[in-house]
Amino acid sequence: MSSSPSDADAADAEHYEAVVVGAGPGGAAAAAALASYGVETLVLERGVDAGSKNVSGGLIYAEESAPYTIDRLFEGFREEAAERPVTDYHLHNVAGDRVKSFDITDLHEHDTEWCDAVLRRKMDSWLAERVHELTRETGGGLLTEVRVNGLLREQGEIVGVTCDELDPIRADLVVAADGVNSELARDAGLMDWAEPEEWFQGVKAVVDMPEGAIEERFGVDDDEGVAHLFSGDLFDDVRGGGFLYTNRDTLSIGTVFHLDSLVAEQAEPHELLDALLTHPLLAQWLGDEYEELEYSAKLVPDSKKVALREPHRDRLVLVGDAAGQMQAQGPIIKGMNHAVTAGALAAEAYAEAKARGDTRTAGTLYAEKLRSEGVMDKLRPRRYEAARVVGENDRASGLTDRLVDSRVGRGALRALGGRLERLYGSPYLSMMVPDTRTPYVTLPTAIAEELGEPITDVNTVEPPSLEERIGDLTYDTDIGHPHIRLRDASYEASGAAVSACPVSAEGFGGGCYRTETVRTNGSEETVVSLDTQPCVECGTCAIVADTAWEHPRGGKGVEFRQG
Amino acid sequence: MAPIHTVVLTKGVPDFREGQVSFDENGHLERGKTPTVMNPNDKFALRAALQTRVRHGGRVSVMSMGPPGYKDVLREAMADVYADDLYLLSDREMAAADTWATSITLATGIEKMAAGTNEGDGRDEDAMPDLVFAGFKTADGETGHTGPQTCWCLDMPVVTHVVSLDIDPEARTLRAKRLVEGDIEEIETVEAELPCFVVADPEFVPSYRTASHRLELKDLRERTARRAEAFEDHLTVWDHSDLNLDPDYIGLDGSPTIVSSVDPIPKQPAEREATVVAPDDADGMTELVDEMLPFAAGASGGGGGAEAVADGGRTGGSDDRDTSDGETGGE
Repeated sequence: MSSSPSDADAADAEHYEAVVVGAGPGGAAAAAALASYGVETLVLERGVDAGSKNVSGGLIYAEESAPYTIDRLFEGFREEAAERPVTDYHLHNVAGDRVKSFDITDLHEHDTEWCDAVLRRKMDSWLAERVHELTRETGGGLLTEVRVNGLLREQGEIVGVTCDELDPIRADLVVAADGVNSELARDAGLMDWAEPEEWFQGVKAVVDMPEGAIEERFGVDDDEGVAHLFSGDLFDDVRGGGFLYTNRDTLSIGTVFHLDSLVAEQAEPHELLDALLTHPLLAQWLGDEYEELEYSAKLVPDSKKVALREPHRDRLVLVGDAAGQMQAQGPIIKGMNHAVTAGALAAEAYAEAKARGDTRTAGTLYAEKLRSEGVMDKLRPRRYEAARVVGENDRASGLTDRLVDSRVGRGALRALGGRLERLYGSPYLSMMVPDTRTPYVTLPTAIAEELGEPITDVNTVEPPSLEERIGDLTYDTDIGHPHIRLRDASYEASGAAVSACPVSAEGFGGGCYRTETVRTNGSEETVVSLDTQPCVECGTCAIVADTAWEHPRGGKGVEFRQG
Repeated sequence: MAPIHTVVLTKGVPDFREGQVSFDENGHLERGKTPTVMNPNDKFALRAALQTRVRHGGRVSVMSMGPPGYKDVLREAMADVYADDLYLLSDREMAAADTWATSITLATGIEKMAAGTNEGDGRDEDAMPDLVFAGFKTADGETGHTGPQTCWCLDMPVVTHVVSLDIDPEARTLRAKRLVEGDIEEIETVEAELPCFVVADPEFVPSYRTASHRLELKDLRERTARRAEAFEDHLTVWDHSDLNLDPDYIGLDGSPTIVSSVDPIPKQPAEREATVVAPDDADGMTELVDEMLPFAAGASGGGGGAEAVADGGRTGGSDDRDTSDGETGGE
């Protein structure tokens, strides 16, 4: 951190019993639960409004097995803050213009009490109002436009937080719910931003739909909705897939890829999104008038690899993305529900520790609860770690790839036919799917080629250019204070950001990162330059480039209207 | 320790922003076609008052002198800085006042307010407000007189050009940083005893560095949103007889200022004609120097070149006097 306040500062600092950093679902659940135990709780959110910094693909689950769900913590959540429930779930295997679709509603409904599409600006700002009311009653409250920039320490021990806008604040419990690029997790030494293979990157377009179009084009009533997933060869060889969710009057359409695969293929995320938007399969839903309301991006931790088994240190506990609590259960991604559970469990742990007279045991108790409530096993199943050793080395995937592509394999696929659909619907198997090309590209492509039907629709969608997408976003730029600095501008160290950054592209001068050729004394060098103005704060470059990466000050930077 | 009572003076002015303001063909302001808004500089005074309220509690009153149309300016003050009560000093006798008559009227209003509203506040019955804030100059009169003159009538110490402010309610002192005008910009820190009159500089920046202050601010905002909708319930209107003021000493009759003539507003630099004179063009330079000389002489000789020299230079030329609305505080 740029400034580290001395111990003397810490002694006479303002004090709250609990400080929650970040007003997403994890922070909101933690704060509401803390307030229900009578704990004086201060919530600090850096956005101009809760949700203005937050993006997700868009589905929130309430699991039958979960000890907490968001609608039980916040009465009226589904009616007031959510979009449509997902009542139908389909997976499309695509090869060229052939598609084989599986109904995976069974997998979707496994352990699911309900599942709704959400848009985060609306959802999080609604939650924040409830949270402020609840926490104000116990002497705290929720503040926006305050960026927590680090941990307050006393003799090396975490005792609170430091902020850009406020003097240091002491607390008996610090809940870091500050998202995927948690500065607190990094400050505490609990997370690093080093390995691209531990992360996914998603980009999303929120698309406006004319009145009645969703009901008509998707064949649903006004209290029903659908989810579609897409895999196969429409993203070339990049490992990942696409999604489409129905909101009340809009669609959330996006793509999610393994970050290491994006880097290896030098793929442009916005072009992969366009490949989905312009695919003939989507013509039936998008119609002739395409109006994109917002382009956004987000990094996603792969909980199978990074979910912390002990997400705490001293008085600090991490919840949600900050602790890597984002579960990719095969094609189905669950994050917000785990953040909600984790947040409430952290509050429960603190209340119990306090009742026993020693709040310092809250962190350990929280980790125990994550295990005993089954959260940790969903996030980071032990059997995945065992299977990974065999499944994820290149030779093995080469072998499975060749097998799928061989005559024997193709014959087996045809023979399996309808049973494949059930296989895809197995929650047990889907947890162990290895991160190789096989499940993402080779197998779906082969399935579509062998079993698929041709698509005859013509897609006329012309998505906006990257320049137009950036132009449509709202920014409050902190002029003169860029929040990201390039530590090493050489192409070797930071060149990957030019393509991997969702608001940059090779050959595009209006993005964050660009390639430049510098000629000095007859020699020529390719370097990378950075302009943080178009930044959507996803954190991709923190991982794939050599940067000093912080969030902008409170209220500054990008403001998502949809999220 | 009694709670802090703060009074802010404000004034409605023509909205001089592009697209709002309207001038006739002679360059005279058309009041009827130009909307009235809160004097922009007064917002800094209001923010300074709000900072005091948030940090130390107590109550904020906002006062203006002017026509009934100024009620909307007071409503804006309530909505923006969560004022507790509003006072409008208004009748025909107060109209067309210069800064002197305005100051007398405002000071009398403040004294009456202080005498009548301390009940139940835990304050002495006739205690004066602890702080009176005014903005730096109005956008129409541009004199900067009304604040300090009101202060003189109230017999309080005055601190002007304030850019930051700390109050110690226990010691009943105020510590302020103020801009000192000069060749280079300096900031000095001064201390004064309460009650005190403070003129906030446009560079005043309120500061809320604790979570509890920001939460208090948020509470105030929520409470005031409802109050501002029914702002007339919190508005007191006094005329000259309420204030027991002799009409001969207020309004036009009580104003010693004479405006001898009014010049139209000069054009923006970009609209003026420009002649380029090269430095080696001797004739051109001589001509230029001849043209400039009278202005240089004027600068050292005190006001030469300006035709409208009021006696004693008491007020600058504005067309306030031709309208029915008087001047108020906040200058």
